[in-house]
Amino acid sequence: MDLKHLEDTPTDAERQAVDDVVGQSRSDGGHALAPDARARRSLLLPALLALQARRGWVSRGGLGYVCRVLEVPPAEAFGVASFYALLALAERPAAFAHLCDDVACSMAGADQLRAAMEQRFGAPHAPEHRAEVHTRGHATKACWAKSPCLGLCDQAPAALVTVAGSSPSAQAFGGATAEKVAAAMAGRAIEPASYAICANGPRRLLARAGLVDPTRIDLYQAHGGFEALHKALAMGPAAVIAAVTDSKLAGRGGAAFPTGKKWEAVSKAAATPRYVVCNADESEPGTFKDRVLLEEDPFAVLEAMTIAGFAVGAARGYLYLRGEYPKAASRIAGAIQQMRAAGFLGSQVAGSGFAFDIELRSGAGAYICGEETALFASIEGYRGEPRSKPPFPVHSGLFAKPTAINNVETLAAVLHIVREGAASYASAGTAGSPGTKLFCVSGRVANPGVYETPFGTPLRSLLEMAGGVPGGRPIQAVLLGGAAGGFVSPAGLDLELSFEGARSAGATLGSGVILVLDDTIPLVPMLRRIAEFFRDESCGQCVPCRVGTVRQEELLARLESGVTRGGVEAEGLLLADLGQAMRDASICGLGQTASSAIESALRVLQPFPRSTR
Amino acid sequence: MTQAPPKSVNMRIDGHEVSVPEGSTILDACRKLAVETPTFCWAENLTPVNVCRICVVELEGARTLVPACSRKAEPGMSIRTDSARVRLSRKVVLELLGSSVDMSLSETFAKLKSQYGADPDRFGPRAPRAAAGEREAAEPGHHEVPDGSAAASVGQPVKVDNELFVRDYEKCMLCYKCVEACGTDAQNTFAIAVAGRGFDARISTEFNASLPDSACVFCGNCVGVCPTGALMFKSESDLRERGEWDESKQTVTDTICGYCGVGCQLTLRVQDNRIVRVTSPSDHSVTGGHLCIKGRFGSTFVEGDR
Amino acid sequence: MLWGSNARETHPIFFHHVLKAVKRGARLYVVDPRKTSTADWARAWLPVEVGSDIALANAFAHAILAESLEDREFIGRATSGFEEYQKVVERYSPEAMRSVTGVDPDAIRLAARDYATAKNAMICWTLGITEHHNAVDNVLALINLGLLTGHVGKWGSGLNPLRGQNNVQGGGDSGALPHKLPGFQDVEDDEVRSRFERVWGRRIPPKNGWHLTQMFDAMEHGKLTTLYVIGENPAQSEANANHCLKLLRGLEFLVVQDIMMTKTAELADVVLPASASFCEAEGTVTNSERRVQRVRKAVEPPGEARDDIEILSELSKRLEVDIGFSTARAAFDEMRMLSPMHRGMTYERLEALGGIQWPCPDETHPGTPFLHGRLQENPVRGPRAKFHPTEHAPPVDRVDAQFPIRLTTGRRLDSYNTGVQSGGFESPLRRGETLDLSEDDARKLSVLDGERVRVVSRRGSVEAPVRVDPSLRPGLAFMTFHFPEEVDTNLLTIDATDPKSGTAEFKASAIRVEKL
Repeated sequence: MDLKHLEDTPTDAERQAVDDVVGQSRSDGGHALAPDARARRSLLLPALLALQARRGWVSRGGLGYVCRVLEVPPAEAFGVASFYALLALAERPAAFAHLCDDVACSMAGADQLRAAMEQRFGAPHAPEHRAEVHTRGHATKACWAKSPCLGLCDQAPAALVTVAGSSPSAQAFGGATAEKVAAAMAGRAIEPASYAICANGPRRLLARAGLVDPTRIDLYQAHGGFEALHKALAMGPAAVIAAVTDSKLAGRGGAAFPTGKKWEAVSKAAATPRYVVCNADESEPGTFKDRVLLEEDPFAVLEAMTIAGFAVGAARGYLYLRGEYPKAASRIAGAIQQMRAAGFLGSQVAGSGFAFDIELRSGAGAYICGEETALFASIEGYRGEPRSKPPFPVHSGLFAKPTAINNVETLAAVLHIVREGAASYASAGTAGSPGTKLFCVSGRVANPGVYETPFGTPLRSLLEMAGGVPGGRPIQAVLLGGAAGGFVSPAGLDLELSFEGARSAGATLGSGVILVLDDTIPLVPMLRRIAEFFRDESCGQCVPCRVGTVRQEELLARLESGVTRGGVEAEGLLLADLGQAMRDASICGLGQTASSAIESALRVLQPFPRSTR
Repeated sequence: MTQAPPKSVNMRIDGHEVSVPEGSTILDACRKLAVETPTFCWAENLTPVNVCRICVVELEGARTLVPACSRKAEPGMSIRTDSARVRLSRKVVLELLGSSVDMSLSETFAKLKSQYGADPDRFGPRAPRAAAGEREAAEPGHHEVPDGSAAASVGQPVKVDNELFVRDYEKCMLCYKCVEACGTDAQNTFAIAVAGRGFDARISTEFNASLPDSACVFCGNCVGVCPTGALMFKSESDLRERGEWDESKQTVTDTICGYCGVGCQLTLRVQDNRIVRVTSPSDHSVTGGHLCIKGRFGSTFVEGDR
Repeated sequence: MLWGSNARETHPIFFHHVLKAVKRGARLYVVDPRKTSTADWARAWLPVEVGSDIALANAFAHAILAESLEDREFIGRATSGFEEYQKVVERYSPEAMRSVTGVDPDAIRLAARDYATAKNAMICWTLGITEHHNAVDNVLALINLGLLTGHVGKWGSGLNPLRGQNNVQGGGDSGALPHKLPGFQDVEDDEVRSRFERVWGRRIPPKNGWHLTQMFDAMEHGKLTTLYVIGENPAQSEANANHCLKLLRGLEFLVVQDIMMTKTAELADVVLPASASFCEAEGTVTNSERRVQRVRKAVEPPGEARDDIEILSELSKRLEVDIGFSTARAAFDEMRMLSPMHRGMTYERLEALGGIQWPCPDETHPGTPFLHGRLQENPVRGPRAKFHPTEHAPPVDRVDAQFPIRLTTGRRLDSYNTGVQSGGFESPLRRGETLDLSEDDARKLSVLDGERVRVVSRRGSVEAPVRVDPSLRPGLAFMTFHFPEEVDTNLLTIDATDPKSGTAEFKASAIRVEKL
């Protein structure tokens, strides 16, 4: 390619950071369309993250160097870098804090925390509305900014603190105070806050979580680890797929697609190589169950990925982890190392003829990358923009090859199925939804945390298990399934937590979010915050979502202020039109569900009784 | 060179049977039946990106509407192109575009707006235009929370940084066509890409460099594919600014470029004996609609003193 | 294989098609002394020394024969002279040619292997092949490769010169050659001449005319005293410009017909202002792929400027040899009558089909996408294609201690020839003339980027700013000829010409660089 590169030079530290990621740089050019161009391009995001970690921002010199080494057009690299919230393109302090102000944290003192931060550190970071900032990279002094959900709703309020440098660090922690944030910014380790890890039935997904030291492979093995893998290798791929199919395991990321069917399609796809991808980009507001599995039982997730690779005939797996989960990242990275050393990953998995390895890829602050095709684009080094389906990932996924992409919890469930069989798996749960499910219980409950429960448990029971609302206040509503889910009114709490139960109640289990609002929580601002989230997280590709989410937020702002356009009813009709168009005409699930929770709130909770306006 | 004829696919559109070659899109099938299907981001010489969503149609059995421009025809498909759902989505898409983008130079938009009864004003008055550099400074995940009194738009000052063409991104509907023409679909120069995210997504060079400082080679293929007039010949822009642009006085003539020997067909638009815009037919076998800097902008030597 | 062609810059829209093929897996090789933006897209760039193309082509043949990758069947059936060719190229092993061509023998072998074994392979060239004192031999050396591998006469294969001007092909088609009448029919063929004479109603001189270089020779020797120049600017476009200017000034009578008041026009006794053919007149042009296409009038020519055909018609009347028509269409119809390969091309068909590739013998013929298909028939129709063994002959202007740097010239993307046309728009890419030097040479000469220097050749000298170009190898310098008002590069170039084509060796001069 005859690329025109930036003339700015990188610092030695930037050069080193990129070289470490890329390995021996091949910048002599001339082979842009050679087969390895794709492999080089896929290093773009890791290289940008390395720059961010080294200096705390991505400079022109640094970006230019990445472009030379990876042969990426600078305009495209800029397009990618400017897509992710965790990458800064203007200078900022090396230590930087991201403070969650999303649905759960906003109920748990996020406002007070921000006020304390402002007192201590000054105004938060805001985009500098001056042209030269982005053309010349002016420094800003602000060292903190607000953030969408950090996946620590069980410990709200939450913070993510990154400290750039030669040995960069990142800490995400709950129970955040201005003091803790300051300590983290000074490089001190913050004691993790506690949260519940509970089960009211068989403990399958949470078999080890919170009980067994997750950093040691020997302890993992001592507690049943790799039994499923050994069994799978003995069964053969077809039998593994048959067991998963028989178990009726359905995807836990929100779409509930039958996992066995997915694996079967990939295993039968003609094209090679095939890939396995673990979608660990858990970013749905209110969701943190995958974080718990990744942090507390990382080997289980990797073992299940290996089984998936064996079943579908893949030699390579990618675990795409959201960038806001530093602890999970180090646990997974450590577990991969130990599995390689112990022969559970590599050219002969567990002494068999099966070769498989896993690469950990980090996101960089983009909810949309949890959408599977956007996730592929992100790994490949492009903007995390979803594409139309078909073709589906089973035929054309990562690098346009057949790909089995599964959510963390889905994979974790596979271990029991392979080890104990489909019948055993169905011994818990309902006929339509066999097995157990993790729920992320947060908001106004006594014991927020992750709960494993057999499908079919009534929502009310689960809330009781979590200790109910503190102070015995009445429940105003429960947000079920996440920002893309819907609200349940107090009258609907007998809803049975299963796919069919949710469906018959006109709700969705989504990603397993159960966010409890008591009667003190102002509902409309909460809805506006949800609208704000979708406006921020839309990739911007398609018109219905890009503009629709803006109009939806404006509409909610009017409802919040009370200055409506033609009254609440007219706004309702406008929202209905917007929602319908977003649902029908958006490219991906983000736009398609961006109005779900809001519309359900207006429908179910009726915050604007007819008589008041 | 004999090739097996492609298999054909039989499907129904608005109740009518239609048969198209395998690999065709629903849009191809619609056009075969002369069923009018609007497009903005689609062009015959570019890979479909299906982002504008004006071409959505209802596919029986599908949860959502599907984009006709990119969805491949499949045997047995049953399509409705004029159902209430289709009409609503198209209407709202037009309203969203009309409320956020200056679509005043798009004849397609004007026609569709009245056809679908779209009312872009229902979202309120348009918010004031951003200052120069403001939209470029936006960061993903952050925006100023609105009060809802006005409809946010992409309004901003025109970018004029060279003598050949101007960029009025107030008119940019983000159809991706310019990026495709600059990139893999034609020019392979990659001077521009989409930067930013969500409503702040925009067409940009690296670090918002001016075009002369960027990788741009001024082929103007971006101008050639722009459906809204956001990218415009400077000659045309100047005339419009002076209020002298007058299509009734213009002639359009096809000829062959006077430079190298490739034989690119040029379509010259002339007003008052001056060449005010140069394009190439997108179905021309030599150009595929694309030109180089000399063909696109190099004809002006015939003007003025010589 | 692009040989001596920087198509990315000089034929950008042709290169779009190349890029499409590359993305579908086609392998692109670029032979060029410079690592051009074209070479940046190649699987491999073969950095050939200026003027060693025959040595390189013969080394290709050597490598192909050494691995028995030649198309024996094709050679046996469709060619002649293979044995003599084989004997010549035997002396050109890639190793032996390394010092001559500067190209790594392994790179030659890789490219030769890919070329020979590809299902379809094409060699395209531009002036890097033809602006040499042995231009015809250069072309023949490439043709030999096509014959050796059978990559001729079929779809997707062949040998293609990329035309540098929009109607250089059409000029040849319609007889603007000293030895041809329209349709490439020989002037010295009595039967051909008599057919034309019958239609034209007058005698055609039975002998070939002079090509450009011969005309300058004739001027030098006083045998040519009157010159009628249409649409050329030889005062600035010819090599060894000082000499050329002297000859033009020495003419008794010079008529220049042009759309611009060029340097040549300034020397003229009579200037006939003409219209710009591509937009101020009707007619046809022929592109590189032999596609005859319509040009149409979109704007009125300025002032007294008139359509070329009107001027010629009017002139013919004044000279009392009335050509009988004054429109391009009438001229074209007459050509269709006399040139069999144009016969089927009515204006209506040219419009309807978006141009037609010759030959097109009748009005039902769709045109001919590729030539020499007869060579792929068994048995071959017509004469066999002949191998023409060629030998390496270095550039005339030797590099030595006094003139240690090789200067080659070429075009840039946004400019064109002497800038007469491309000077008319404000290109943001334009940066004026520079002497492009390698980093190494700039260091040795201790000159900085932007520093003005004197560039001296055996024929003249110019001053120009230096531009350090990392894509140049040591010992190689590059200039354009787009800005003769600023820097008249052709004061430096050599007028050594190919005896057959008459093209001068613009691509190879020897220079030295002097600090100011």
